[in-house]
Amino acid sequence: MTSSKLDAKVPQGPIGEKWTKYKSTISLVNPANKRNLEIIVVGTGLAGASAAASLAEMGYQVKAFCFQDSPRRAHSIAAQGGINAAKNYQNDGDSVYRLFYDTVKGGDYRSREANVHRLAEVSANIIDQCVAQGVPFARDYGGMLKNRSFGGTQVKRTFYAAGQTGQQLLLGAYSALERQVGLGAVKMYSRHEMLDVVIIDGKARGIIARNLTTGKLERYFGHAVLLCSGGYGNVFYLSTNAMGSNVTAAWKAHKRGAYFGNPCFTQIHPTCIPVSGDHQSKLTLMSESLRNDGRIWVPKKKDETRAANDIPEEERDYYLERRYPAFGNLVPRDIASRAAKERCDAGYGVGLTKQAVYLDFRFNLINKYGRAEASRLNIENPDLDTLVRLGKEVVKEEYGNLFDMYKQITGEDPYEVPMKIYPAVHYTMGGLWVDYNLMTTVPGMYALGEANFSDHGANRLGASALMQGLSDGYFVIPITIGAYLSSEIRTKAIPTDHEAFVAVEKQVKERLETLKNIKGTQSPESFHKRLGHIMWEKCGMARNEKGLTEAIGEIRELRKEFWKDLRVTGDIDEFNPELDKAGRVADFLELGELMCIDALERRESCGGHFREEYQEDGGEAKRDDENFMFVSAWEYNKESDWTLHKEVLEYENIKIAQRNYK
Amino acid sequence: MSNENMTIHLKVWKQKNTGSKGHLEDYTVNNVSPDMSFLEMFDVLNEELIHENKEPIAFDHDCREGICGMCSMYINGRPHGPLEGVTTCQLHMRSFKDGDTIVVEPWRAAAFPVIKDLVVDRTAFDRIIASGGYVSINTGNAQDANNLPIGKERADLAFAAAACIGCGACVAACKNASAMLFVSAKVSQLALLPQGEPERQSRALSMVAQMDAEGFGSCTNTGACSAECPKEISLDNIARLNREFLGASLSKPE
Ligand SMILES: Cc1cc2nc3c(=O)[nH]c(=O)nc-3n(C[C@H](O)[C@H](O)[C@H](O)COP(=O)(O)OP(=O)(O)OC[C@H]3O[C@@H](n4cnc5c(N)ncnc54)[C@H](O)[C@@H]3O)c2cc1C
Ligand code: SF4
Ligand code: FES
Repeated sequence: MTSSKLDAKVPQGPIGEKWTKYKSTISLVNPANKRNLEIIVVGTGLAGASAAASLAEMGYQVKAFCFQDSPRRAHSIAAQGGINAAKNYQNDGDSVYRLFYDTVKGGDYRSREANVHRLAEVSANIIDQCVAQGVPFARDYGGMLKNRSFGGTQVKRTFYAAGQTGQQLLLGAYSALERQVGLGAVKMYSRHEMLDVVIIDGKARGIIARNLTTGKLERYFGHAVLLCSGGYGNVFYLSTNAMGSNVTAAWKAHKRGAYFGNPCFTQIHPTCIPVSGDHQSKLTLMSESLRNDGRIWVPKKKDETRAANDIPEEERDYYLERRYPAFGNLVPRDIASRAAKERCDAGYGVGLTKQAVYLDFRFNLINKYGRAEASRLNIENPDLDTLVRLGKEVVKEEYGNLFDMYKQITGEDPYEVPMKIYPAVHYTMGGLWVDYNLMTTVPGMYALGEANFSDHGANRLGASALMQGLSDGYFVIPITIGAYLSSEIRTKAIPTDHEAFVAVEKQVKERLETLKNIKGTQSPESFHKRLGHIMWEKCGMARNEKGLTEAIGEIRELRKEFWKDLRVTGDIDEFNPELDKAGRVADFLELGELMCIDALERRESCGGHFREEYQEDGGEAKRDDENFMFVSAWEYNKESDWTLHKEVLEYENIKIAQRNYK
Repeated sequence: MSNENMTIHLKVWKQKNTGSKGHLEDYTVNNVSPDMSFLEMFDVLNEELIHENKEPIAFDHDCREGICGMCSMYINGRPHGPLEGVTTCQLHMRSFKDGDTIVVEPWRAAAFPVIKDLVVDRTAFDRIIASGGYVSINTGNAQDANNLPIGKERADLAFAAAACIGCGACVAACKNASAMLFVSAKVSQLALLPQGEPERQSRALSMVAQMDAEGFGSCTNTGACSAECPKEISLDNIARLNREFLGASLSKPE
């Protein structure tokens, strides 16, 4: 049974009508009152920028925060491959229902039906909105928008701008945000880091932020607080996330009463550039869109020494095409990652470390693009060189920046030799638990984008995070926030000398002083690395009871050592990236423990959560719907002490089945 | 790929805060692998400095994938270093030799004051965008995306201009510290697209006015900006901005 503390507030009625009906019956706030209501938005990625701009357009007073020097630099900027939408421009049978179905199935039946359906419903509006802003999506010669395929689907519904889709979408949202800044409706605080939330009479009423330029603590009031602070993949140290991505905002909210949903659901992305040495600071993604045209293989022979191009066709094992003929190279990420690990563990890996597989473009470069271009240009019987040349031009247009990036990092030219890739931490499906309105368990506090747990279940399909972030920000929160703020119109702005603000600021200050005054010998970075190592080895792509139990003990020890032997150089009241980092690592050290506890409790395999004890004979994940068809929502009590609440998932519109991509 | 490790000598700009005077300081980093990125070399150096209880060097960075525009080092007299079309974070140590001495400074421009060491304040760019770098359309007012066909060539040109990452290297490269390339990239993107048409003139005028108000210098067409731009934003955009600006000034109602 669902814990009584978790009311998802899903509207009644048939799935296809819930959102439409809800929208037209939800309480509204009249324009005059909106002007008196203040909203804090923490984060200016796709979720935060779109929310801040849209809410300001509606008349609310918005304050937006980001820790980078400009809102345009949020991690969303790095998203590469594309954004899904059920437009059916390709006339290949796509529909809202199919996008809904693919997303729920891709998530291995661990997401909330009503939320996912709403996401699929608004997906088409997102593309319209972005195009209207001037986002330059890829187009064909007739001037129409182009689509590509992503994993876990059999239709082409992904819109893109070369390998820079996140950049173009974020710049669109950023321009909408800056327009409101120019109009005075949004006040923007860049280089500001939220370090705690202020709760008054059980409701979120503001934040304490540190001005990262001056080091000063500052207090901000809001009638509601929106956390759009991104994912926490950097708990693994090495991930495809930007260096600054962190869990601090969400974690502080959690410690003040917001339940954390499915913390162990982590996405390991199959196609990333492998680790090259100890100095490595981050891992670089090679977009899933490359699996449209790249074929994944390893040599059939163990310990192969020949160069990739010297291995003849019949001695290559295209293991995804072999194991999953229906979806081939486009199986979902969790499946592709495990399959790569399986081949490497079995001794078929390539490269110096043997921890890599090939992603090869030659076949499609010649046969798909080369031939298509040749026939478009009316070249009859083109020779191989011509096909390669023509194919290269198209591949360059589709993925040019990714190929350049690969070459820059590895020193190898992927137009000539196959890429070497290996799975890496990429995205966190888990996050703050939210109801249908995107409100956390703390009234007035919301979570949007990657920071919340909703929509993706135990595995996210490619090109769906951008869709979710923009859906939350442009189309969901502007409506659902009315349900709360309509009852807040009589609440006057609370002055920030209120005792609650004073008390929380004092706690934040003391913590910074404690961090600074440990005066130990080890850097924040070195603790982060060690935590990442524990997480990757024991709570990564494959997990088991023994490893997770050990990890919990090791993390607790590491945390103790951190608070005894940390060294933070520089001062508190100045620009000090070491202090920023120390605070973030301290929070990761607590989150890591909860992730392992959650992974330990979930005695099944589903999506990205693979418990070695629970697998089918062929090595596929073995779900246990009878006992685990729920969202874990963890309530924080005190250090190392949480209570588990369960939101039982009900599927009324989708027939539950074992995921089958064969 | 070579596995020989190198020794690199650095002269790095150290400056406590905006108000104080800075100076170049000498450092040596041993065991630099050619596969390291330039910023990873700084990570290694900073860890060593912390170990010795010295203050690490502050620098801006985030994505380390050449897309967020946050990294900003002036390396041996060139913004983002010796390679063309590459940001500091994507520059790798294989571009240098064992024993090299490398001078690293912040972006220098009156409109980009130094915050600390290699970190500068680029909020002037945000204010330029806020003055007109958008299409005025509220959420929820859009028509179906394919009702507005845009020819591929035009769309590709707009995309090429939109690729600007807002890093500020163009300003740092310019002897006048002009921001024309940055401004022209946004003006061009929107001038090329039908969505940008209604505000075409006012956009060019107000963005240029804001650029001047921020204290960026004037453009004398030296082309250094485009040559150093990590996204290879073309000088054609500046020519387009000049046309847009002139057109708008002429037709401006008195
Ligand atoms: C390399 C890469 C490629 C990807 N490609 C795709 C793709 O092709 N398609 C797709 O759908 N998804 C993709 N994703 C996933 C997607 O990019 C992210 O999930 C999504 O952009 C997250 O957006 P967001 O708005 O939730 O958060 P973010 O963009 O991460 O923004 C977080 C914001 O919060 C701010 N912030 C955080 N903490 C604080 C604090 N304490 N105080 C103040 N501000 C704070 C930050 O400054 C930032 O502004 C990719 C991810 C990666 C890593
Ligand atoms: S034009 Fe080039 S150099 Fe200037 S900000 Fe844009 S990307 Fe950077
Ligand atoms: S760190 Fe993002 S562009 Fe260099």
